[in-house]
Amino acid sequence: MAFQLTPEREQELAEIFARYPNKMAACLPLLHLAQEQHGWVSDEVVTWVAEKLDVSTAHVFGVATFYSLYHTHPVGKHHVWVCRTLSCALHGADDIVKHCEKRLGIHVGETTADGAVTLHTAECLASCGTAPMMQIDREYHENLTLAKVDVLLDRLRKS
Amino acid sequence: MLQRTDHLTKRYGIPDGFTLTRYLADGGYVQARRALSMTREELVNECKAANLRGRGGAGFPMGVKWSFMAPTVAPGRPHYLVINADEGEPGTFKDRSMMEGDPHATVEGCIIGCRAIGAHVAYIYVRDELHLAKDRLWAAIREAKAKGFLGAKPFGVDYAVEVYVHSGAGAYICGEETSLLNSLEGRRGEPRLKPPFPAQAGAFGMPTTVNNLESIATVPALMRLGGDNFSKISSLHPKEGGSRLYGVSGHVNTPGIFECAVGLTLRELIYDLGGGVKGGELLAVIPGGSSTPILRADELVEAPNESHPLHAWHGMSVLDVPMGVETFRGLGTMLGTCCATVLSDKACPVLAMHNLMRFYRHESCGQCTPCREGSGWLERLLDTIVAGNGTMDDLNRLHEVANSIMGNTICAFGEGTAMPALGFLKKFRREFEEYIRTGGRSSTNRLALAQPAAE
Repeated sequence: MAFQLTPEREQELAEIFARYPNKMAACLPLLHLAQEQHGWVSDEVVTWVAEKLDVSTAHVFGVATFYSLYHTHPVGKHHVWVCRTLSCALHGADDIVKHCEKRLGIHVGETTADGAVTLHTAECLASCGTAPMMQIDREYHENLTLAKVDVLLDRLRKS
Repeated sequence: MLQRTDHLTKRYGIPDGFTLTRYLADGGYVQARRALSMTREELVNECKAANLRGRGGAGFPMGVKWSFMAPTVAPGRPHYLVINADEGEPGTFKDRSMMEGDPHATVEGCIIGCRAIGAHVAYIYVRDELHLAKDRLWAAIREAKAKGFLGAKPFGVDYAVEVYVHSGAGAYICGEETSLLNSLEGRRGEPRLKPPFPAQAGAFGMPTTVNNLESIATVPALMRLGGDNFSKISSLHPKEGGSRLYGVSGHVNTPGIFECAVGLTLRELIYDLGGGVKGGELLAVIPGGSSTPILRADELVEAPNESHPLHAWHGMSVLDVPMGVETFRGLGTMLGTCCATVLSDKACPVLAMHNLMRFYRHESCGQCTPCREGSGWLERLLDTIVAGNGTMDDLNRLHEVANSIMGNTICAFGEGTAMPALGFLKKFRREFEEYIRTGGRSSTNRLALAQPAAE
């Protein structure tokens, strides 16, 4: 079925296009907008963006696959990103990752069976002074301990 | 020389520090208003007098960069100001603090910057993950617009300025300016060949200046103080002026962002501001983001020749050299983003290099073969070494691969991978050899001091 934006999101379109001198520049914002609604960038989403921008689906798919925050396959309702780059690694990021895997019962890159959570590792999220850290959906959680991680993950599974 | 300042960080940590009310109470937007009555040349000269070296990593003089823009705007060739806030260099977290803590300084800087280069539109390119930073910037833009500071006639002056936030989508390479421009245009974030430089053909093929976020957010302060006075804050004046954000993370007791006059030393950053090394003795420090070659704590400055720019520090510890663009180049590393990552002697340098090379392999955009393949080779060779199966040949191969990336790629990512790799190999040659000889038993084989659970 063809992808459609909800009427509220549809209203944002005109404002997005007005920011740029051409349509193509709206590619990243539109992919974000569509993914926000659909959860991931499906073929239908790619087609919808291509039509809005007047570019080929190949262009949009090329863009969607270049950036790590567009999901080109179905993913969980929530995303857990554990930073593993040096400053966080110096504060035990590897232990945080292993703990998340154990607690969620999945490996990095996988989604829990109930579809609630996808676990990712992230590269430096600009939170080095408050390492170790993880991002859950839009929120940063900093100065983590394993106990804090447990509380956060339990809250996610329930939501 | 340790000299704390608050020209950029006055509103940090204040509950309503990010609001227009607070910004106006501190004299905000006075400089933007003044700038709109000044000529482009006057603004560029003010910035040149400030000796502000770009805060993004390369340290290019900002006023000079502004002066590269065509003096008159040709018909159908609008100028653009693009702000690089794709902060992603491992160890770097200063721009984020600025966007979250004082977004109006960025918006005011954009108005002044637009005027200085003849642009009417500024795009702030923020990495997608920084949702709070983007929300704060958008809110600041809306507040400024409602007050009539942005739009068709800012402050009633007939010089339209619009500022937009453009969100990235997860790609370290988009911090490279031409890649950022492609990403802004709705393309894959692959770097472009230079020339043409952005000042000739940048965003949408039009003349463009790309400034780092901290650089542009510093502009209101340098205007307030006057370029010359701003420059004199620095102990490296007139080569490098002003105050800037210093970051310190890793094995220190009080990590964070601190604003100081330019010319601070690493020893001051680590011990006075960072509260000293946590859990051991200082092993090494990466001075300004992971692409800047590592410095060992026991290294001394080798500059016996009187003509050497670092001769004044000959024989002294590298930790006592003022942190500047030129001085750190003289040390064989770079100042980079001025955010240091500290390793105590409990951390294994082999694992640290492995961690970073995995990062570069993951983030190589794949456009140029030497970088795409080379970064993978570096990681795989280190996989072997860390697994305890490395040979001395692997060590030589690491050198060979890193040297084959250098100079053979479109953008500086290649050097940004190879230079720190060669840095680790040179500074920790003995540790690498022992690691290989003992299959890793010579090392702590850890990066973290303790499990986070212990806290």
